Amino acid sequence: MNRRDSLKYIAAGTFASSFLLTGCEWAEEEKVTQSLWKYKYGRTPKEMAHDNAILAQQFFTAEELALITNLGHFILPGNEIGDIEKAEVPAFIEFMAKDYPPFQEPLRKGLKTLNETANSSFSKDFIALSESEKKELIDPIAYPDEAAEALKDQVSFFTLMRNLVMTGYFTSEVGIKDLGYLGNQPNVWDGVPEEVLKEHGMAYPAEWESKFLDITERNTKAEWDSDGNLIT
Amino acid sequence: MYILKSSKKYDVIIVGSGAGGGMATKVLSEAGLKVAVMEAGPHFDPANPDQQTQLKWAYESPRRGAGTQRVFGDYDMAYGGWDLEGEPYTKAEGTGFNWYRSRMLGGRTNHWGRISLRFGPLDFKSKSRDGVGEDWPIGYNDVKPYYDKVDKLIGVFGSKENIYNEPDGFFLPAPKPRLHELYYKKGAEKAGVKVMPSRLSILTKRINDDRGVCFYCNQCSRSCMAYADFSSGSCLIFPAQKSGGQVDLYTNAMVREVTVDGNGKANGVNYIDKDSGLDYSLKAKVVVLAASACSSARILLNSKSAVHPNGLGNSSGLIGKYLHDSTGADRMGFVPNLMNRKIYNEDGVGGMHLYSPWWLDNKDLDFARGYHIEVWGGLGAPSYGFGFNPNDLNRFFGERIGGYGDGLRSDVKKYYGSVVGMSGRGESIARIDNYCEIDPEKKDKWGIPVLRFNYTWSDEELKQARHMHDTFEEIIVNMGGIPLGDKPGKDKNYGLHTPGAIIHEVGTTRMGDDPKKSVVNAFEKLHDVDNVFVVDAGPFVSQADKNPTWTILALSWRTSDYIVDQFKQQNF
Repeated sequence: MNRRDSLKYIAAGTFASSFLLTGCEWAEEEKVTQSLWKYKYGRTPKEMAHDNAILAQQFFTAEELALITNLGHFILPGNEIGDIEKAEVPAFIEFMAKDYPPFQEPLRKGLKTLNETANSSFSKDFIALSESEKKELIDPIAYPDEAAEALKDQVSFFTLMRNLVMTGYFTSEVGIKDLGYLGNQPNVWDGVPEEVLKEHGMAYPAEWESKFLDITERNTKAEWDSDGNLIT
Repeated sequence: MYILKSSKKYDVIIVGSGAGGGMATKVLSEAGLKVAVMEAGPHFDPANPDQQTQLKWAYESPRRGAGTQRVFGDYDMAYGGWDLEGEPYTKAEGTGFNWYRSRMLGGRTNHWGRISLRFGPLDFKSKSRDGVGEDWPIGYNDVKPYYDKVDKLIGVFGSKENIYNEPDGFFLPAPKPRLHELYYKKGAEKAGVKVMPSRLSILTKRINDDRGVCFYCNQCSRSCMAYADFSSGSCLIFPAQKSGGQVDLYTNAMVREVTVDGNGKANGVNYIDKDSGLDYSLKAKVVVLAASACSSARILLNSKSAVHPNGLGNSSGLIGKYLHDSTGADRMGFVPNLMNRKIYNEDGVGGMHLYSPWWLDNKDLDFARGYHIEVWGGLGAPSYGFGFNPNDLNRFFGERIGGYGDGLRSDVKKYYGSVVGMSGRGESIARIDNYCEIDPEKKDKWGIPVLRFNYTWSDEELKQARHMHDTFEEIIVNMGGIPLGDKPGKDKNYGLHTPGAIIHEVGTTRMGDDPKKSVVNAFEKLHDVDNVFVVDAGPFVSQADKNPTWTILALSWRTSDYIVDQFKQQNF
């Protein structure tokens, strides 16, 4: 009995889960294959099967997704770096609705109510409204502390949408660039930049100087004397 | 039940591949013993590209790293969680305990915080100090040589501080603090709280040719592909295999019980091969349990025989008793001076660069035992949840909260890196009435009886949590910050986390000289059986305000040396 070869095990899991897709339409399968390629990070066979099953399903209708996209742009307008579509926010919200089912009802109901309100107020779907008409509908539900009690559900819906749009944007490639985050890459930390320390009136304590790493010595093998003092 | 017998016979079967099991694997196999390692999950190697999550961006996950699959997020390197499918546990009415398990080679060492603290001289003799709990049968000087060896073998950064109960070791140099950590230092020292470089098992400097040096991605929780952090697989088990030891790894192998001969001496284990669902029996001269404090207790309690009717090694009736986890409480503060920050790469190592060890004397306080403070914050990588409630902090400026439009984008940028968090992690008192036991009815999907937990906090822990929150508020205000949320009162247990939540559960097979008052002796051998040892955190008599891993490693090495010596004397 040899079960040591995890590579084979994991690879077998990958193939096994892709067989789950045989029932899908060709276009669907191609879509999932692309996602598989795209979402390539270490998952267990079980996790991958779950993701693939979700990616092969559709929760929102085309109309709902169009509304999510439209509302997404309204919540966070694009700039020269990108926008919520470049950030693939609609696809992310579609995925989360299936991955975390408690989102389904409030999102679907909220979208429906939004369109109903648009139609009763302006006889148009939300998507067809002008910017100022949209504001007129959204303002009463966009500020939780000020909103009317009767609008509680729509306030929660809008808060959830705002959260998903904002996190979807700022966790995307364009959003991370927009934020300016500079990490997630091999580097060597040698402390806070001097000008930032100055700006904050901070300094590394002189009595701590000897405790810190000299980054030029990081590849020299560590050796100690018998008292635990580093001598290399 | 039909049990398939393996023809292989080992010198030692080690159950579990985390810190304790990994160390035993290395020491025993390198001494020439033939070793089988039983791991209940799959093989894992952080350098295997098919398993890696390190350096992945949030958008490489369809859920942007959300915790719907893995409870600490998609990229956290633990195949497990609070609830495992088909492997339940129960809680006695009116009590609470959360049990975190990870099923993979290396266990929870693949994602832990790498906080690598030695217990100090006072920590081994707590009862002598304050009359509560129990003393260990060994002291700091018994363990010190092994702490020294662990430091050199595995690597830990830190600084020499000459504090009696925070013993220094063989340290690699510490990384410089981040900006919010300098703010913390200022605020804490003003409150009389000691601050010093943290002590994490991350290689800021090379220690050998097999492991790389930290490249500062902040992602030790994903297990390092360069082997620059301590994970049991990459630092102990793979090197043991590489150095030519006789190590057979059995993965997806769930141990059901330790088997005994007619005289009650252990002769191997029965396990379930999770892939086939078949039962196997494996023989060995010695069995070393390292399945985690609660899992090892469960295996022993389920190992009933004519000679050991209450479970193996349980003549004292104490297996499962004295279960204790670290106390924990957390608070965040908003520091306006950290708004509109200049952006630079502040990832650093995976964890805090400085922290506060316990700094007070309990004589002046209304509770026994202390806690340390961990610090978090900074210009971290966005993942699921980042950008939620983007301008809640507007409330401190009398501005509107919520809304839509470009303002949200600038609000996110304005507040990025302006919130600092603190976590107190402290020592609870081991009590006989906090325990795990076998649930008389419930079984897991392989028919193995499961654990039932009985655990309540006492006033000691509640008062300690209250003290943590008072301290956090003082520090936050001293930093020029504003504590967020309300200070939890008595109705909320002063914010004290549910037992088990800190994932430092220890004490279920406590160590002692008296077989009536303890389960294992000073070499972690069962009092009742001469060839069964427990090298996880089960033998801990008390757990100090330190994280348990470094002590698990030191004691496992010490016990392994003892086992090798006993083999040399042909005592097995």
